[in-house]
Amino acid sequence: MSEMMKSINLAKLGKFREFGLLGFIVLLSIVIQLLNPAFLSPGNLTDLIKNTAILSILALGMMLVLITRGIDLSIGATLALSGMIAALTVRAYPDLHPLLAILIGIVVGVVCGAVLGLLVSKVGILPIIASLGLMNAFRGMTYWVSGREWVSAYQMSDSFKHIATSSILGINTLVFIAIIIFIFFNYFVNNTVTGRQIYALGSNPDSAKISGINSDRIYMLVYTLMGGLSGLAGVLWVSKFASAQGNTGSGYELTVIAACILGGVSINGGVGKVTGVLLGAVLLGVLDNGLPLINVSPFWQMGIEGAIILIAVLFNTIVKKTVERNNLLRRVI
Amino acid sequence: MSTRIVSNIQKFTWKRFFLQWEWMLIALLVIIFTINSNISPYFLNYTSITDATMTFLDKAFIVFPMVMIMIMREIDISVGSTAALSSIVMATLYNAGVPMVIAIVACLLVGALCGFFNGYLLVKYRELSAVIVTLSTMILYRGIAYMILEDRSAGDFPDWFSYFGWGYVGGIPFILCLFVVLAIGFVLLLQKTTIGRRIYAVGSNPKASRFSGVKVDKIKLLVFTLAGLMAAITAIFLTSRMGSTRPNVANMYELDVIAMVALGGISTVGGKGKMLGAVLAVFVIGYLQFGLGLINIPAQMLLIVIGILLIVSVTVTNFRVTRKAPQRKAKKNQAKKVS
Repeated sequence: MSEMMKSINLAKLGKFREFGLLGFIVLLSIVIQLLNPAFLSPGNLTDLIKNTAILSILALGMMLVLITRGIDLSIGATLALSGMIAALTVRAYPDLHPLLAILIGIVVGVVCGAVLGLLVSKVGILPIIASLGLMNAFRGMTYWVSGREWVSAYQMSDSFKHIATSSILGINTLVFIAIIIFIFFNYFVNNTVTGRQIYALGSNPDSAKISGINSDRIYMLVYTLMGGLSGLAGVLWVSKFASAQGNTGSGYELTVIAACILGGVSINGGVGKVTGVLLGAVLLGVLDNGLPLINVSPFWQMGIEGAIILIAVLFNTIVKKTVERNNLLRRVI
Repeated sequence: MSTRIVSNIQKFTWKRFFLQWEWMLIALLVIIFTINSNISPYFLNYTSITDATMTFLDKAFIVFPMVMIMIMREIDISVGSTAALSSIVMATLYNAGVPMVIAIVACLLVGALCGFFNGYLLVKYRELSAVIVTLSTMILYRGIAYMILEDRSAGDFPDWFSYFGWGYVGGIPFILCLFVVLAIGFVLLLQKTTIGRRIYAVGSNPKASRFSGVKVDKIKLLVFTLAGLMAAITAIFLTSRMGSTRPNVANMYELDVIAMVALGGISTVGGKGKMLGAVLAVFVIGYLQFGLGLINIPAQMLLIVIGILLIVSVTVTNFRVTRKAPQRKAKKNQAKKVS
């Protein structure tokens, strides 16, 4: 009985969360639109969606990592390293097919992610420490392979730069890729055994192990997937901004984690929904795009973002606490 | 009722004495010194060594509270941002006409307040993890620093202020003197006082220590506030040495500090490790950086070295801790069989 109550309530809360987030995004958009009518113009909206595409790709990967109670702070550096290697390859071989460039980026990312996965699963280092160390190592390697130089727009082939501007089926390629990944993730976490095992491992690692889930395999999988997505995002990033620098995406991991937390992913594992994460990414995208439009100084953006994340974290906790207390009160003794 | 004496004091043996992690760090220091002085004739020189010490010691003050935090199974990644914010507040107040002494006090207060806020959130909402709280405040504190100063820099401090960063006490850098005094204080605090022993107790079993009457919340609050305060002290030395400050100072300091603590043999699973090890690790990493700089290895390679050093040292300390686990398991199984 009480179990049923609890599940009903949590389901309600889950829906409420996403609707609340959606409502907040709509409200924010209306306010920004009233202050600056340029916000909802087609040009600006396309820009907003394109910017959010890369963030949402990374946030979906980070969601899986957070669900297993882990964290990956190295993705900004992985993104830079794979973007840089892809850009260097394009500089050396201008005739390279763009798909091949993307593939190179993904491979580099997968290798980076697999190293982190190994450290977490086999060596047993706390994810935050392992990824902090690798963040440094990957960032250093980015400077090292590039010889501290930038790869600028004129050194890249047009076909490579075209990745970010072209469109497939009338949709911008960046957005198209993000949609494909979104659909894949939605299916993967909800309908496959491995996807459900990720949640099981996150909500209770001990019982997951006892019930026969190969936890090392799951850890390897989520970190490698995260690495692969960072590699993909790295190539897209470099193509979009038409420049690969040593400090590309520095600190971006925090924005990605913020998108997840805003989307309702619990850092304590086991909780998180694909749609929520997407909404979280969109909210950050709207803030990023809208605040400069209403003349908020760019230097205030970081503080506002930090305050919103902190409030979201606290809000999550307070709501969860209240729900649990109500459940206890309602329990039939 | 018979009383059982529970004591964790092990019998002294020479073998155990020499198997301590701290000897390993001392050996590392000796190796670094030998290699460096062979490679570069400029290394073994009193001025260059003291100069190097002054440049890497500023962040070392955060190592003390970070050791306690990590022994308690927590982490604080907002310390770099805290240092930046307190440095900005100090410079802004001084530039607004506030006397320097009061600005310095304000700097310390802001740092302590930042740390206290972290601790307060963790204590008030126990289900929040330190990772997420300090991650959010890391963005928030640096964000506030940017709000105050935007892209400007602040400086023009009075002449005597540079004493913190550049001053000597009888031939020894002032910062080194303060570091040694504080190091002795913190070693005694952690190893000899009740609070220190309770920090270990909380780290080895938070629940059990709460049930046995240890005021876990109070200790947590104290330790996080100390982390903020020490970040402010770091800010004072850093600002004094550089002569001006910007919102992006002390960037990624948390990483260097965590690397030092991990290399010092503090286990990230809590309850193990000594302050002395971390203090030695400060010098190991500091002189390693200095030596690599002397032989013209670019700063980017340093990033790789520190990253790998961090992972290797955590692996080794984890290995030392878990090596004894199979024996414990065997004993547990035996106990189960008996019952």
